[in-house]
Amino acid sequence: MSSALRREQNRTTGTLLIPALAVIIIFTTVPALTTLSYAFFSWDGFQRSTFAGFENFQRLFSYPYLDQLTAALRHNTIAFIVIMAFQTSFGLLLAYAMFRVKRGLRVYRVVVFLPVIFSLVVVAYLWQSLLDPYYGPINQIITGLGVPELAKPWLGDTSTALPTLMFINIWRWVGFPAIVFLAGLNAINAEYIEAARIDGASESQIFRKIMFPLLAPSLTIITVLTFIGAYEWFDLPFVIGGSNGSPAGATDTLALMFYRLSFGSIDSGANNVGVGSALGVLIFTLVGFGAAFGSALLRRREVEQ
Amino acid sequence: MFFLLNSSLRESNEFARTPFALARDPFWENYQRVWSEGEFGSYFINSLIITGGSLTLILVLALGAGFVLGRYSFKGNNVIFAFILTGMLVPAKLAILPLFIQLKWMNLLDSRLGLILVYTSAALPAAIFIMSGFFKSLPTDLDNAARIDGASEFKLLSKVLVPLVRPGMAIVAIYSAIPIWNDFFLPLVFLQSPEKKTLMQGLTVFFGQYASQWGVLFAGLCLAALPLVVLYLILSEQFIKGLTAGAVKG
Repeated sequence: MSSALRREQNRTTGTLLIPALAVIIIFTTVPALTTLSYAFFSWDGFQRSTFAGFENFQRLFSYPYLDQLTAALRHNTIAFIVIMAFQTSFGLLLAYAMFRVKRGLRVYRVVVFLPVIFSLVVVAYLWQSLLDPYYGPINQIITGLGVPELAKPWLGDTSTALPTLMFINIWRWVGFPAIVFLAGLNAINAEYIEAARIDGASESQIFRKIMFPLLAPSLTIITVLTFIGAYEWFDLPFVIGGSNGSPAGATDTLALMFYRLSFGSIDSGANNVGVGSALGVLIFTLVGFGAAFGSALLRRREVEQ
Repeated sequence: MFFLLNSSLRESNEFARTPFALARDPFWENYQRVWSEGEFGSYFINSLIITGGSLTLILVLALGAGFVLGRYSFKGNNVIFAFILTGMLVPAKLAILPLFIQLKWMNLLDSRLGLILVYTSAALPAAIFIMSGFFKSLPTDLDNAARIDGASEFKLLSKVLVPLVRPGMAIVAIYSAIPIWNDFFLPLVFLQSPEKKTLMQGLTVFFGQYASQWGVLFAGLCLAALPLVVLYLILSEQFIKGLTAGAVKG
């Protein structure tokens, strides 16, 4: 490479890279590191007081926070497993159906993706109206079918609230894995499928033996993103159940707990920035290591085309 | 979805009687009322400014940084790339308190620009990651040919390469626009003046205001979703193309 070109490239690197890095450092890195530092101080409201060492972490792991922490962690984990299982398999089914469909692909592509585009505020409002215990059409239909004992206050009952939230989440997001899988299917070399068909393989064999293994890269992306989304689950539980995870903490998540600790819970109003930041550090560590470890593990399973 | 659209074109009282009937006579007045009454229109424009501003900034910065990281080999390239990847894992919400204090200190609290910068920063790592992947996948002969023709590095990027990475830009645009347009959390914390409020903040008030006026309510919900639906319709071809190309690379 000529030195004139080298110089020009150095200049270009500077002008193009520095603005982007500056924005990320100022508005993401610095605040994230500051959160880390907050976790090691004791706090009086929003006023920082003395250095506290690991005291905030100790308090997070003792009464009364420990119970909330384990319950929230359990809910996040259930959400990850259930959402991963159902959202991914429905998404794959939808993708396969769209892949096989001859006409109207453009329309399906939009319909499947619409709920993803829709604002959460709208989605939550829509489902709250549909699931309203008295006026909602869903319970009216259930009663109409002659099984009124199955008509429940779905979002108000501690035993059904979390499953209902997961259902809404799956309904909303299923289009995402569907589109990613569809793209993955489109990327498979058509010759493989053709060759298998000539060799007399059935459609289900083609799907299991050829398509599914080649979709591994798409599956990696979806698993990692679902993992991050499930352990940082906040918006939907917050809009529907409020910051306390109503009813009775049945929909509490780690991120809701973090919000309560940072800004104060609705009933007591008291906040604890130190313990909250300790929880923030914990969530970040969990998600960061989980995602890095998981994607490394899954990537090993991928096969080359 | 169809139910939503249909209901938005019906008169409220009539809707209450027969919620599932078709709108034979489109009742456009619902849309007129949504727009002119209350603050819906100004919230809508605020959201457009914030989402549009963020999107422009994200695309410009990600194109530049993605080009440099994807096509130049220089010392520190990998380190910078790894640093940007860690940014993908930091959720803006976990850093909300320090961010609040920092914005206040920078005089960017209660400002649209502040919000735009925060959104840009949150979306940039993923955007750069995606764009650099697309830049990497283009053949290097392109660069050399353009350089022999006397093109500068900026010309090479803007005239030769940008048209080729359009599918990547569509992915970045859609992935960034959805969470920004739909976000209610950061505006809730960072914007205080009523005239700067965004649509998603405004919607909660709107729900209460028109609680039983179904037609108007549904018209509002449709309008709130409109910009993203339009964006997706325009970009969906490129979007799928981009995802397919990404899947090939793995």
